[in-house]
Amino acid sequence: MKVAYQRKRYWNEPTLTAWERAYLPEILRGLGITSVVFLRNMWRWVTGRKGALTTYYPEERRADYSPINRGKHVLTQRPDGKPQCIACNMCATVCPAKVIEIEAGFDPADSAHPKYPIRFEIDYSRCVFCGLCVEACPEDAIRMDKETPHLTSSDRHDMWLGLEEMLTWNPQRDVAKPYPAAAADGPRHGVAP
Amino acid sequence: MTQDLVVYLVFIVYALGMLITFGTILTWVERKQAAVMSDRIGANRAYVRIPFTQIKLIWWGLFHGIADGLKMMCKENFKPRTYDQVAYAIAPWVVFTPVLLVFAVIPFGGTLDPGRLSPALASWFGGRTYPMQIARLDAGLLVVFAFSGLTIIGTMLAGWSSANKFSLLGGLRAGSQMISYELVMGLTVLGLIMIFGSIDLGAIVRQQSGVVLGFLPAWGIVYQPFGAVLFLTAAIAENKRIPFDLPEAESELIAGFYTEYTSMKMGLFMFAEFIEIAIVGALFTTLFLGGYNLPYMNDAGFTLPGGTTIALGHAAVVVIQLVAFLVKTMLVCSFQILVRWTLPRFRYDQVLMFAWKFMLPLALVNLAVTAVFLWAQQGGAR
Repeated sequence: MKVAYQRKRYWNEPTLTAWERAYLPEILRGLGITSVVFLRNMWRWVTGRKGALTTYYPEERRADYSPINRGKHVLTQRPDGKPQCIACNMCATVCPAKVIEIEAGFDPADSAHPKYPIRFEIDYSRCVFCGLCVEACPEDAIRMDKETPHLTSSDRHDMWLGLEEMLTWNPQRDVAKPYPAAAADGPRHGVAP
Repeated sequence: MTQDLVVYLVFIVYALGMLITFGTILTWVERKQAAVMSDRIGANRAYVRIPFTQIKLIWWGLFHGIADGLKMMCKENFKPRTYDQVAYAIAPWVVFTPVLLVFAVIPFGGTLDPGRLSPALASWFGGRTYPMQIARLDAGLLVVFAFSGLTIIGTMLAGWSSANKFSLLGGLRAGSQMISYELVMGLTVLGLIMIFGSIDLGAIVRQQSGVVLGFLPAWGIVYQPFGAVLFLTAAIAENKRIPFDLPEAESELIAGFYTEYTSMKMGLFMFAEFIEIAIVGALFTTLFLGGYNLPYMNDAGFTLPGGTTIALGHAAVVVIQLVAFLVKTMLVCSFQILVRWTLPRFRYDQVLMFAWKFMLPLALVNLAVTAVFLWAQQGGAR
């Protein structure tokens, strides 16, 4: 026996009032809402204010941009300008993305830290910005800036940063690790506390 | 003779330039208006750098249209393995060309008397005057409907010749939807034709320059407010824009009848759609918003309701009429964009139901009421 098709009844059937069913008034109300929003925003733009919620990143920045954001890496320096890094490879070892490449060199003149990096490179096309390198470093030689590295490129080989780009830390302004005027402090200087 | 050629050449260049400018500007207006309506900024990263300097002209993202055009031209020119290459190749042009031709009969300004513009021209033209309209046809409105009917063939050709089931479905939908709404559009205008007693668009606009009830401008929207709403709805539906964009409903049909079109061929479809917005705007302006007429304005200047007259020179009148037409058209285009970014899409059965069970009866009622009213006004059953 053929059973006539019966539309399934749902427990939350949509209910429309007669006013909503008439369709046209609600359409007009919708058009009214959008045009009021349009006119309000347009008025703000015309009077020199901002009529949008958009933050025009990177030119503008939201107020709640985190000051401890993990962005581009910074290699700290000794007062004489040499990198604090002793090329121990701990950051490269802990790095989950294996993006850090260090080539160690030997400097017999500096008896306190004879090992130093000739090459210290990070591949930002693969970096996951986890911050483990910063935590692993025994010398406080690598930190992370809140600025992101703006490395827009169509070639992945342009996304490597080396020593020159990362040695941007200025010792005079560092609060976390002050250097008292102690360039003459001798061989003890610069050893991690 | 030569004078006529020169004047009409100027008209044609003006009209084509205006349409193509509208098509380009509207892509920008659509983006920006949508952005401002939804609290965004909108596309603003494309810029033109002045050579040898670092000065970048952004101009609120106006150059995104150029970027789009360049992108369209640089894209791969994909050809489907279809059995009907000819139909596939000409379909975009069959859509694009009639859209441009419709504008030939729309008056975009009042009467131009070149002799009064500058004394140097006076002797050469010898008192000839030209209504600012490319083709002065008695069958103006019929030509409009005939040409906009041709675009249906283009969309169906595109859907049929793409050898793609989504395209075919889109073409079928486009065909049935556009034919239905073409009918409604014609019926809504009939009331207006009965009132003005002409289908020559120039004559219709000239009759709208007066005043009714002492203060209202004698625009079509005053005589036929209901017809105006129906006409605009049917025109948006015929233009296949949201909420009636079923032929290209991307969630169901990928891109509908132009799924298989790439690069500039697809660009032609998009461009035709944007020009059609401008055409709908121009047509609505001509029929219902008094065309190039400002309220209380005629070819000599303004005549305010109190009886005050402000005389204007011929050049000023021509410029005001041209600008008034452009501004009104732009406002109607803007309203269409507002509708497009406000309303959700219909279901397909709803679209056709809306045409045949809602719009058509209302258009007929509008026509009947107009007819009875006119009959009563002309003396009734004496």
